[in-house]
Amino acid sequence: MKPPPFTYHAPRDLAAAVRTLAEVDGKVLAGGQSLIPMLNMRLAAPAHLVDINRAEGLGGIEADPAGVRVGALARHSEVERSGAHPLLTRALRLVAHPVIRNRGTVVGSLVHADPAAELPAVLAVLGGAVRVARWDGGAVAVREVPAAEFFVGPMESAVAPGELAVSAFFPALGAHDGVAFEEVARRHGDYALAGVCAVVTPRGAKVACVGVGPVPVVVDLGDLVNLDSGAPDPRAAADLRAAADLRAAAEAVREATEPEADIHASAAYRRHLVGVLAERALREAAREGAAARGA
Amino acid sequence: MTTRLFGERVPRREDPRLLTGQGRYLDDLGREALAAAFVRAPHAHARIRDIDVAGALDVAGLVAVYTWEDLPERAGRALPLLIPHPALTHGRTAYPLARDVVRHVGEPVVMVVATDRYAAEDACALIQVDYEPLKPVAGLEEAVQGVRLVHEDVPGNVGAHLVQEVMTADGRGAREAIETSPHTLAFRLDIERSASMPLEGRGVYARWDGRDLRVYSSTQTSTSVRMAVAAALGLPLPQVEVIAPDVGGGFGVKIVHPWPEEVLVPWAAMTLGREVKWSEDRREHFVSSAHERGQVQYVRVGFDDDGRVLGLDVTILHDHGAYTPYGIIVPIVTSTQLPGPYKPGSYRVEFTSVYTNTVQVTPYRGAGRPQAVFCMERTMDKIARYLGKDRTEVRAANFIRPEEFPYDQGMTFQDGRPLIYDSGNYPEMLRMIKELIGWDSFERRPGRGIGIGCYVEGTGVGPYEGGHVQITSDGRVHVSTGLTSQGQGHETAFAQIAATELGVPIERVSVVTGDTRRFGYAVGTFASRAAVVSGNAIALACRKVRRKALRIAADALEANPDDLDIADGIVHVAGAPSAAIPLSTVAVLANPLRYAFDDETARATQFAGAASPDRPPVAEGEEPGLEGRDYYSPIRSTFAAGMHAAVVETDPDTAEIKVVRYAVVHDCGRLINPMIVEGQIHGGVAQGIGGALYERIVYDQHGQLVNASFMDFLMPYATEIPHIETGHLETPSPLNPLGIKGAGEAGVIPVSAVIASAIEDAEGIEIDRMPLSPSDLFDLRTTHRP
Repeated sequence: MKPPPFTYHAPRDLAAAVRTLAEVDGKVLAGGQSLIPMLNMRLAAPAHLVDINRAEGLGGIEADPAGVRVGALARHSEVERSGAHPLLTRALRLVAHPVIRNRGTVVGSLVHADPAAELPAVLAVLGGAVRVARWDGGAVAVREVPAAEFFVGPMESAVAPGELAVSAFFPALGAHDGVAFEEVARRHGDYALAGVCAVVTPRGAKVACVGVGPVPVVVDLGDLVNLDSGAPDPRAAADLRAAADLRAAAEAVREATEPEADIHASAAYRRHLVGVLAERALREAAREGAAARGA
Repeated sequence: MTTRLFGERVPRREDPRLLTGQGRYLDDLGREALAAAFVRAPHAHARIRDIDVAGALDVAGLVAVYTWEDLPERAGRALPLLIPHPALTHGRTAYPLARDVVRHVGEPVVMVVATDRYAAEDACALIQVDYEPLKPVAGLEEAVQGVRLVHEDVPGNVGAHLVQEVMTADGRGAREAIETSPHTLAFRLDIERSASMPLEGRGVYARWDGRDLRVYSSTQTSTSVRMAVAAALGLPLPQVEVIAPDVGGGFGVKIVHPWPEEVLVPWAAMTLGREVKWSEDRREHFVSSAHERGQVQYVRVGFDDDGRVLGLDVTILHDHGAYTPYGIIVPIVTSTQLPGPYKPGSYRVEFTSVYTNTVQVTPYRGAGRPQAVFCMERTMDKIARYLGKDRTEVRAANFIRPEEFPYDQGMTFQDGRPLIYDSGNYPEMLRMIKELIGWDSFERRPGRGIGIGCYVEGTGVGPYEGGHVQITSDGRVHVSTGLTSQGQGHETAFAQIAATELGVPIERVSVVTGDTRRFGYAVGTFASRAAVVSGNAIALACRKVRRKALRIAADALEANPDDLDIADGIVHVAGAPSAAIPLSTVAVLANPLRYAFDDETARATQFAGAASPDRPPVAEGEEPGLEGRDYYSPIRSTFAAGMHAAVVETDPDTAEIKVVRYAVVHDCGRLINPMIVEGQIHGGVAQGIGGALYERIVYDQHGQLVNASFMDFLMPYATEIPHIETGHLETPSPLNPLGIKGAGEAGVIPVSAVIASAIEDAEGIEIDRMPLSPSDLFDLRTTHRP
């Protein structure tokens, strides 16, 4: 469990980082919470390691009315504590354990693109984007990749060789939007067997599911689920309707996913589970939104 | 100030060292040593056609590459079969490095020695082994078909087959008793593979100075490693010393010896004339150490209207992996411990132990008992369910009564001795556990259930352990015993025994374990035996020293030894506190000197005392020094017992299983230190919950271990373990001077049975396999109530 030899680079700024990445066949080291174990187990053997931890200007969390921009070096714990985005905060509490969150980065998790990870689902459900930089013949060139195009496959993002993901943008929620993240993991902090992150707005609802497809599965439920779905009195006729809508939404989510079996869970269980979690997440998000609206 | 420490909650003396990073584990030693790494088989079953090391030769820092052909004759022999048994007709062991054929993924094929582990692993990656893949035997079901063979010369893959039967009082066998029973049930149970997983893996570090070999090993038995290494390397025993440093957990896997690395690393150190070290990494531990648990059981039981078992017939298929270095201890323990606290009328047990192309199976904490208890307790629950009776009532109907001890179960135990329970009180224990968990007032509802499990554990097996106790002229007490410690708290428990026996403050007592320089004769730490066997040996050695101290003090004080007592390290005449002499002075007087090196020892020189000129300075039959050595060799094992109960909640939608309460009543005879016993129970229960709900070793049909990391082998975290409530019952063992029984394995033994019982209660679905994941429970629900 020792990595094979590699050449280590520690660029001091973004330009140096992408210039290095353009010159060598390298992997980017940020938090290292996935890469270092992969190196130690010799599952990855890059000839060059480009450590961006000493690069200036890649950290930071900037919030404005439009949303939150998270820099490549912002740690999970930093973003979690900042409270800059309620859905991000909720999702981050489900990411591994505090010591891992102290090192791991939000952008790193997005680029790692594990289909069972929480943060890709958050980016996907919010319709955020990742800013990607590369060295383009003497200058830093930047492109914005929308979430829908960013997750290409299991452990595969749109970041091409030679590119560096410099930040991620998470659009802000509306004042009356409600959010929730529900998941089932085998142990506290494990990757989820299945998970659902939901956003319910006065106009409609949307979920993104993890662990049930090669990339986060986004399901737009339109106005099937709305803020009334979280109403607290189950005797009212409206709530019976709301409950039926939630069940229909769960069914729609089940149909949209293609879970696979592994040693921890059967495909049938995951499909069942994602529906249960969708119903829970939507109810909770609707309740939160309704509360924000003062309903 | 009291010096009565036996039975008190003395804080563990090793904890400040171990918890502040001051422990010295194997990898903390030998910073300058060369590092070894191994090329291990990537196939479950393959013939080695050729090994090409050329690619590795350019790696900077490479020192040596060895294959089996490089080993001298003795070192290259197949590893010993440690515990032969007549029923093990086809025992097979591995070579230190594979010779011709590999039989499981992870088997060592080439040893590389380099200046550091990085270089050694780089070299390993460049060595080309040409394999001819053979068809693997991937699971128990396939093994018993016997079409593919793990060893060409073992027909049907059967290593061992054993039938044991205990007749009814009127001489009928189990099958006959079952046929004539009012009620019968038949069912199959499955328990999956798991593994020990100590935090610290195995490791060996060897130093050779041209004449003497010193080996450090992360082992549960340094004395036996010493003998095995001396034998394999052809060295005279006095030239070999083996030390177990701080060991970060063993749980059984480190009792196996010699591991290939325990032969190869010292051999390489001798051959190269350099220090060599190998520290196992986690992946190596998964694929090349040992596993346990995997069994399939076919059960038939006959019983009467009260639920009393009249006949029990159990057929066990046991998977022992590719090799049998530790014999068939695991299925023997399963077979013999299965009756637990009950009298099963007539009992027949038959096991077939088979080879598969997987990592070898050797004892893991509990050592076959969790499987046995799962079988017996599932049987009890099924009887209760069939008869519509309370589960505790059925158990009570089958208990051995307190007045029936010693109770002979009529079988031969794992130590080759009769299976006779020494003492116990099972009805009282049941009363205590029911009260602790609130059995009778439990509010059952769908998704919330309660379960119970009972067990008896043979502990403290022989053949012996020894203790050496020396009091030096500074008043310090030095205790040593040959068996090893893996964090159990021996330094504390043994010091409590010595302090109590000798009447000295515990601060003056130091304890050394597992160092063959200090104590050469020992068996090892396993089978919940350290406290029972070494504890009693140390007590006996202390009593020898005490008698000698009183004799010398009596001379000095001109008193009768019978009138003397020792308290706080001072010998005094009972009732006359001024007539006293400290043990430090007694130690001085015990050793007549010609030369004085300080004021204290000046009192023992030839012109100092009033010694009689008519007697030699050391009287006949005496030895200089205030020290003693004694051994304790138990006539047979002593039988601890316990009962656990748990409340679980199952989620109706997600099928998640949560243990909300866990209660333990435990009887290990007289308690040396209740806090240490509780700690052992807590750790055991945590491991048991791992086995019940999380851990499984998964091989695919190619014999590849697919979850060889902590990411996919799910050891529970502290967050998965509930608060554990404990109660103690003390029925002293009549077999040993201290009246104690073992406690090390207890916690883990019944947990799978208890959790299954509780889930079954919550769900109304029979649970016949362990472990059980939410996905498994969902599948069961789908099958049973679609």
